[in-house]
Amino acid sequence: MTPPRRQRRYPRHEPPPPGPGKQGKQGEAKNPERLYVVAGADEDGARAALDLVTLIVARADPPPSATPEQAALLRLCTAPLSVAELSAYLNLPFSAMTVLITELITAELVQARAPIVRQAVPDRSLLEAVMHGLQRL
Amino acid sequence: MDFNGSDTLPGPRTGDHLPHTAQAAVKIVIVGGFGVGKTTMVGSVSEIRPLTTEETMTQAGIGVDDNYGSESKTATTVAMDFGRISITDQLVLYLFGTPGQERFWFLWNGLFEGALGAVVLADTRRLEVSFDVIGRLEERGVPFVVAVNSFPDAPRHPVRELRTALDLAEEIPIVECDARRRASSRDVLMTLVRFLHSLAVTGPPR
Repeated sequence: MTPPRRQRRYPRHEPPPPGPGKQGKQGEAKNPERLYVVAGADEDGARAALDLVTLIVARADPPPSATPEQAALLRLCTAPLSVAELSAYLNLPFSAMTVLITELITAELVQARAPIVRQAVPDRSLLEAVMHGLQRL
Repeated sequence: MDFNGSDTLPGPRTGDHLPHTAQAAVKIVIVGGFGVGKTTMVGSVSEIRPLTTEETMTQAGIGVDDNYGSESKTATTVAMDFGRISITDQLVLYLFGTPGQERFWFLWNGLFEGALGAVVLADTRRLEVSFDVIGRLEERGVPFVVAVNSFPDAPRHPVRELRTALDLAEEIPIVECDARRRASSRDVLMTLVRFLHSLAVTGPPR
């Protein structure tokens, strides 16, 4: 039986722009501690900074003024958890989650640890670390 | 939902917490048609029980109501399963299994753009389901490998035939796997990361 056939496609645009912050020279390790600081967020920009795998860590106990959702989130991320995990545990859609987290970042109640995103020139040492980690599985 | 009842609050089980040293995460997307085994693959390698994140998609209704000028809108909830693998004390890898339809991809910021790469999980009984997915990854410049989930009753094709059918460049790996098996799914991820590494050495193909 001959399987059906596909036709190859090609990039429409240039490769995606590198994440915020300029990538260093080739081979230079990226600083994994690059943080997004969302202060006095504009209407739209704040949300764009949060990725599914941005790690969120509480910086303080829930203050008395915290809403129940905020308090629940702060209790969950006493140790780092991704936005995706918080969304799953709190049973909130991703977009609602980013709004909630953005409020907490602004109030300096949580810290966000930005993910490492794909760059035009992939980071070899990062990929090697991932390979070694997978080998141990 | 009552967020006050912290006793009953669903949260990570003991051991599902990340260490405080966790500094950054990376992600890999597993993409494929419905029922192709994405969730199975995520579950077989994840160190946590797979979780689900949801997003609501609203679209203007199109249909007979248009004559009456009613702006009917339908909201669809789209779910995405994911899992996690701790790479080091500082680095965490997340795996997302996502539906193949592009309209879902916009719901989560940078799902593909920020990912290290993607695994296209294919089923030889419905190979054409993967065509569109592969085309979109090509258009977006997302590096990917193809993993054929070996269902017992699926037709077997030599890799060469699959490569022709999928019109894949010679350097793009195609592997067979059994998504239910941890070692097999792990090997698929290794294949992807090795491929990404080779791109880092040689530069992206033109």
